Amino acid sequence: MFGKIRDSLSKTRNNFMGHISNLFAKNDISDDLWDELEEVLIQSDVGVDTTLSLVETVKNRVKEEHIKQTDEAKNVLKEEMGKLISSNKPLELDRKRLLTVVMVVGVNGSGKTTTAAKLAWFYQNKGEKVILSAADTFRAAGIEQLQIWGERCGAAVIAHRPNSDPGAVIYDSLKSAYSRKASMVIIDTAGRLHTKYNLMRELEKLYKIAGKQVHDAPHESLLILDATTGQNAISQAKHFMETAKISGVILTKLDGTAKGGVVFAINSELDVPVRFIGTGETLEDIAPFDAEEFVNGLFENGN
Amino acid sequence: MFENLQDKLQSVFDKLARHGVLTEADVNTALREVKLALLEADVNFKVTKNFITRIRERAVGTEVTKSLTPAQQVVKIVHEELIATLGESAPLNLGGGSPKIIMLVGLQGSGKTTTAAKLALHLRRSGQRPLMVAADTRRPAAIDQLVTLGKQLGISVYSEDPSTPPPKICAKSVDVAKRGAYNILILDTSGRLHIDEELMDELRQIKHLTNPQEILLVVDAMTGQDAVKVAKGFNNGVGISGLVMTKIDGDARGGSAISVRAVSGVPIKFMGTGEKLNELEIFYPDRLASRILGMGDVLTLIEKAETTLDEEIAREGAEKLLEGSFNFEDFLKQLQQVKRMGPLTQILEMIPGMRDIAKQVSAEDAEKQLVRTEAIINSMTTKERKRPKLLNGSRKRRVAKGSGTSVQEINQLIIQFRQMQKLMKKIKDPRKRKGILNMFGLG
Repeated sequence: MFGKIRDSLSKTRNNFMGHISNLFAKNDISDDLWDELEEVLIQSDVGVDTTLSLVETVKNRVKEEHIKQTDEAKNVLKEEMGKLISSNKPLELDRKRLLTVVMVVGVNGSGKTTTAAKLAWFYQNKGEKVILSAADTFRAAGIEQLQIWGERCGAAVIAHRPNSDPGAVIYDSLKSAYSRKASMVIIDTAGRLHTKYNLMRELEKLYKIAGKQVHDAPHESLLILDATTGQNAISQAKHFMETAKISGVILTKLDGTAKGGVVFAINSELDVPVRFIGTGETLEDIAPFDAEEFVNGLFENGN
Repeated sequence: MFENLQDKLQSVFDKLARHGVLTEADVNTALREVKLALLEADVNFKVTKNFITRIRERAVGTEVTKSLTPAQQVVKIVHEELIATLGESAPLNLGGGSPKIIMLVGLQGSGKTTTAAKLALHLRRSGQRPLMVAADTRRPAAIDQLVTLGKQLGISVYSEDPSTPPPKICAKSVDVAKRGAYNILILDTSGRLHIDEELMDELRQIKHLTNPQEILLVVDAMTGQDAVKVAKGFNNGVGISGLVMTKIDGDARGGSAISVRAVSGVPIKFMGTGEKLNELEIFYPDRLASRILGMGDVLTLIEKAETTLDEEIAREGAEKLLEGSFNFEDFLKQLQQVKRMGPLTQILEMIPGMRDIAKQVSAEDAEKQLVRTEAIINSMTTKERKRPKLLNGSRKRRVAKGSGTSVQEINQLIIQFRQMQKLMKKIKDPRKRKGILNMFGLG
């Protein structure tokens, strides 16, 4: 599985850190180097503020530690980037709990339905009995999409009619999870822009409904974030955190040339861990996010 | 996080103003702020660099250094250059034989299927007979999605079993259109990565077989720095003729539009502005430029007011206000007008300089207050609305019960209302009146 991540990250690496390796290889430690480093980081969606403070920190350390070799400077950068995302931990389920309720939320087109299915597949392979809850009743054929995925990964899908009340779908899903003795319910919700007041309110209502059926539910509330998203990702995360008690982020579509640099921006501004990454269109294309592996992968020499 | 560029520049120039004359170095300091603002808005780094070079040429010249208001001058130049880069809106190319073919391409999740339906509705409204073609056979239930949207709109959809190769579906749909007297085909293709050669080849086949008039790249307004590579990938892979920016109703600055436009050279034709199928707008470069700079969007506000407000009611309200005969009945009408324009905070965000205030105002409180006020007035009898003086203790208690509020709240509303009436009566000066009328857009 990690081979897969390495493969997809290699595209990122060749683009992003391949760039950085070149940068450190061909430059002495100089203002030009720092300028170019800034450029590469910003082009990876790391964000202006995060980039400026990151480069400043590295610059200061290089000066204070009297570093002359570019290789050593590169390691300082690697360390500092690692520190930025070190708070990320793979998702650990509480084994004492009989039923775990996971909810996926996010803006339109970020990949919620696909990710819900991938999560179902992932946890079923770990021995969980998963039920998928089709609470995206708004998007045309959103329910059918989840049903097809359910068939593919062998998880039961609880669904109502299109445009029905998503709260009722969640209620039914949790009820049937008890009667079928399922150990996990993954709730797929409708895409909503974080600036839409009423839709964010609706999310709050869905949380209440889940919480009334199962103690403390949803136990995990995961924000699905498209890796090609720019600085708006921070605004998305902030808004969803306000309403939805986000417990983690899943970064999707990392198989493009997108660098997912926004992870660094999110982690330096907000306190929310990245749990998984999505790297393709099939069920297996999901993996727990490992911060160390992520940074190491980025700094490995390109093939 | 996003401060208005104008405010930032103002503070830069305020510090500089002490020198008296602006030097090239001063302008460079200001340009750094411009650069950061563009990067924060997700304009691509390289595109920003070229852009700044152009601004510098104009700014270092007489335009800024001799200006009394350098901050405004810089913003004006940046704004103008942004508009120039974004280019004019271009209409759909609907020349040539029938049926005309529009092909939608883009990354996964950019909004192709929704855009297909919006475009079909837009075209039907302008008298065309569109047929939508479900050529996305990869995403589970994508065909169902288009079919469902077609049903909602009463627009036909051509689809086949998902095992059919998309180029075949598209080629067949052309015959279907001819037989069915449809004059425009909208091809909804699968989402794909710009680096996926195999799937790019599929697009080239579809293009080859159908010879479309338009190949529109659908781009999510929230896209970051990678937008440039996406645009290049699709443009080199299949060749694009126009762009559609989607999800512009969020709070993304939409700087990717600049990047995509700059590297592809093709015009932005439409913007998706909401989840409803009629929320597709023709692209206006000046509005997007203002948005990228965080300057608010007065034009959209005015347009929104024009389409949603009943001018007659607004004029009547303003006149009555001045005569002093404005009562709760009129107040209710005006209230309903405002509500129709959408959430208050959204309206505030469109006004320059109000963006930050909009953030601070609790949308919840503002909306709640509106609803309560409306409930109070709704619980009054027509007589009471026309003659608020009738409202004695027992009537107030009844209104409070009916509206689920309290007598205090009703008293407060009446006091506010009286103050407003008094204020209006004071304005006897016709020149001041003119000002008020202008405020209502009726001057």
